[in-house]
Amino acid sequence: MHCDKRTFLTALLLTIPLLACDMPGMHEQKSEDLSAPATGKAQIPAFAATAEDGQWLTPQKDYANTRYSGLQQINLSNVDQLKVMTTFSTGLVNGHEAPPLVVGDTMYLVTPFPNILYALNLREPGGATKWVYRPDPDPAAQGVACCDVVNRGVTYANGKIVMNTLDNHTIAVDAATGEELWNTKLGDVNKGETMTMAPLVVKDKVLVGNSGGELGVRGWLTALDLNTGKVAWRAYSTGPDADCLIGPNFKPFYPMDQGKELGVKSWPPDGWKTGGGTVWGWISYDPETNLVFYGTGNPGPWNPEQRPGDNKWTVTLFARDADTGEARWAYQLGPHDLYDYDGINESILLDLNIGGRMRKTLVRPERNGYVYVMDRLTGEVLSATPFAHINSTAGVDLKTGRLREVKTKEPKVGKVVRDICPAAPGAKDWQPSAFSPRTGLVYITHQNLCMDFEGVEANYIAGTPFVGANVKMYAGPGGHRGEVTAWDPVARRPRWKIREKFPVWSGALATAGDLVFYGTMDGWAKAIDARTGNERWKFKVGSGIIAPPMTYRGPDGKQYVAFVAGVGGWAGAVVTGDLDPRDATAALGFANAMADLKHATTRGGMLYVFSL
Amino acid sequence: MSSRSRLASCALLVAGCWLLVLPVSARPPGQRATSNQQVLRVCSDPNNLPFSNEREEGFENRIAQLLARDLGATKVTYYWFAQRRGFVRNTLNANKCDVIMGVPSSFEMALTTRPYYRSGYVFVTRRDRKIDIDSLDDPRLRKLKIGVQMIGDDYASSPPAHALASRGMTSNVVGYSVYGDYSKPNPPRNVVDAVAKKEVDLSAVWGPTAGYFAKQSSVPLVVKPFTPEIDLPFLPFVFDISMAVRRGDTALRDKLDRIIEKREKEIAAILRAYGVPRMDGEDGL
Repeated sequence: MHCDKRTFLTALLLTIPLLACDMPGMHEQKSEDLSAPATGKAQIPAFAATAEDGQWLTPQKDYANTRYSGLQQINLSNVDQLKVMTTFSTGLVNGHEAPPLVVGDTMYLVTPFPNILYALNLREPGGATKWVYRPDPDPAAQGVACCDVVNRGVTYANGKIVMNTLDNHTIAVDAATGEELWNTKLGDVNKGETMTMAPLVVKDKVLVGNSGGELGVRGWLTALDLNTGKVAWRAYSTGPDADCLIGPNFKPFYPMDQGKELGVKSWPPDGWKTGGGTVWGWISYDPETNLVFYGTGNPGPWNPEQRPGDNKWTVTLFARDADTGEARWAYQLGPHDLYDYDGINESILLDLNIGGRMRKTLVRPERNGYVYVMDRLTGEVLSATPFAHINSTAGVDLKTGRLREVKTKEPKVGKVVRDICPAAPGAKDWQPSAFSPRTGLVYITHQNLCMDFEGVEANYIAGTPFVGANVKMYAGPGGHRGEVTAWDPVARRPRWKIREKFPVWSGALATAGDLVFYGTMDGWAKAIDARTGNERWKFKVGSGIIAPPMTYRGPDGKQYVAFVAGVGGWAGAVVTGDLDPRDATAALGFANAMADLKHATTRGGMLYVFSL
Repeated sequence: MSSRSRLASCALLVAGCWLLVLPVSARPPGQRATSNQQVLRVCSDPNNLPFSNEREEGFENRIAQLLARDLGATKVTYYWFAQRRGFVRNTLNANKCDVIMGVPSSFEMALTTRPYYRSGYVFVTRRDRKIDIDSLDDPRLRKLKIGVQMIGDDYASSPPAHALASRGMTSNVVGYSVYGDYSKPNPPRNVVDAVAKKEVDLSAVWGPTAGYFAKQSSVPLVVKPFTPEIDLPFLPFVFDISMAVRRGDTALRDKLDRIIEKREKEIAAILRAYGVPRMDGEDGL
């Protein structure tokens, strides 16, 4: 990628020592609030800390995005007794990123394209199929999806299962019968648009976003009426304030995000029209303030030198009024992104004791490698601390809010830049973290990858030759490609780390049994001690795991843990796409880091349900 | 095109068997052995003239007919797939077809033949505007609104877009996605149409696209190569174009190489008919 000849901070950047900063806090400035030592454990806000009912209604588990279950029948003392109770094959071989839901006595599972929705009766031994809903999406959608034809899950509300299809339909299905209640088309595959994210329902609104930033898709978050499917509002990520639903109540914390029409002015003329900033990750919601929080994807399709400016509001965290979509604040995590560090990761809403004062925060393990702790009322960054090896940036200036770039790591076509960390998928991609109020720790499943921009390679798209960057990714320091980090957001340091051979693309589940569950790309379902990280159980499933595990209480009163196997996604493309591992630059350079995955696992979607 | 090509196909029935030309043992591993496979299987974009479309009206379709004849195949069949990221994986490498008709000669994802033409990026202007610019370094470019093709994959734009940016031109540059709106015919033509419609003063466009749509335009357009041919260290504006087969399929590649050599004149005539600007001295501008 390229960078324009920006003037800001250039001199400053050149003077920053280019140290590898995998020591937490190395490049961090403390704000006033952090001057006193932090005390106490992080807590789940009262609105999300409700009594455990044993269900799992949305992939994030709750509005705070904790992925925490209060069930504790399966715990440290007995987890080694876990065994398979039932399995279910989807018959599909693309990447399975969606966790199942459990509502009452029914489990719901959505597949990657063609996005088949299964309802399984948990009262029947083995879980018989209750109904199947087939949306039959347009096959052309497969050709425009950037990184496998994944789907990240469905959500339940008010008797309905709400889902997105790869060809841009949001659909509500009767949870009892499988009957389609409404079906709204929101985008166009002919323009490169797809939908892969999991919807979130807030009150009577379904919130969904689009994918396709690489193809020049203009990102948006759209709210639909839960009862009718009618579009209530749409907030674009780029362009005029009116399109971005930015009005008089928009009060960003930092001057860099303040001003009128920044979604136009921070681009070359008309650049915002194809500017990216798609919304393909996680949404959280704070009922106390009625704010929804979500981040936007990378700018596109220009590479950086052709889009001088901050390119707002790409790689930006938004707080919006859930009823109207009106923006309340925004914080640009990555002004003028150089590395494809999308800002779509989950915001975990937590209350933290900072400097003796309880703060309503959101905690974001960001793709750029920092855990951001932010005031969720104002958008102030309270701290940004590396949780992984970073050398592409040198911390966040807490006075200005600005990410400090490292000039020597700036990629440019025709130039060789080695050892850029993290690589394009970031220190952590979409895979959602979990939080346990019992330990106060955030469990981050992530990557340890760096990349080289090596010279040039002739490529060809739509009959047009061009010179592309020859990107190669490889393991970061230590030689392992994945990590599980138990992060203390109050002390701002890792409590422990687990090294995994492959990127941990599954996300995590935390339970009141003091266990954390995750899966590996070579097909191990694992349970670890939430306090120590010690491995307590593992089981080899049929294919690599890239879907977040979940847990529920069955109609028989027993606790179950569900994993969906089915390797793929961007990281697993070398297996699902049967890529030639000799093509180091395949899958945008990810194949180089994953060549041996082909020997470690094979394709195939399968649900595994475990119990004691 | 269809009636003529059907006639041509009928005439080809008397030609030899494709399987005889390419023995089973020469087939790359994994390729399904089917009987009566007397066809040339081409991986192709169904909606991208002047290269190809599903009505087989592109110059790649015409050249494929030529190849089939010399290979002794009875007909050409197509596996249609929009030429985007994943094209090689989903077509050639999925064994859905055996030849891609056009890739840069240094393409690394497949085995390439010898080049069969060389073209370059060119400037397209309206004749009535009399914009006589033939260099990327002409200072008048700074005062013009310039259209370029946007790519978006591999952290890349089209070479002229990079070149203009490195010369400090971004605010007067308008990007037109090579993907365009795929529901419309030949989406990459948008960057040429923009000149005719006066959305921009000048476009920098890949030669075959420029030459063909300039010829079709109701408003007279001028197509002009520019200097330099390369920006150092390595940003070429001129590319050799080859056909591509699966890695390891050297038998087919060698056959195609011989046909390309033998049919140089016929291929040149086809490219000329489509207005492809040649930068290799063959009907060059």
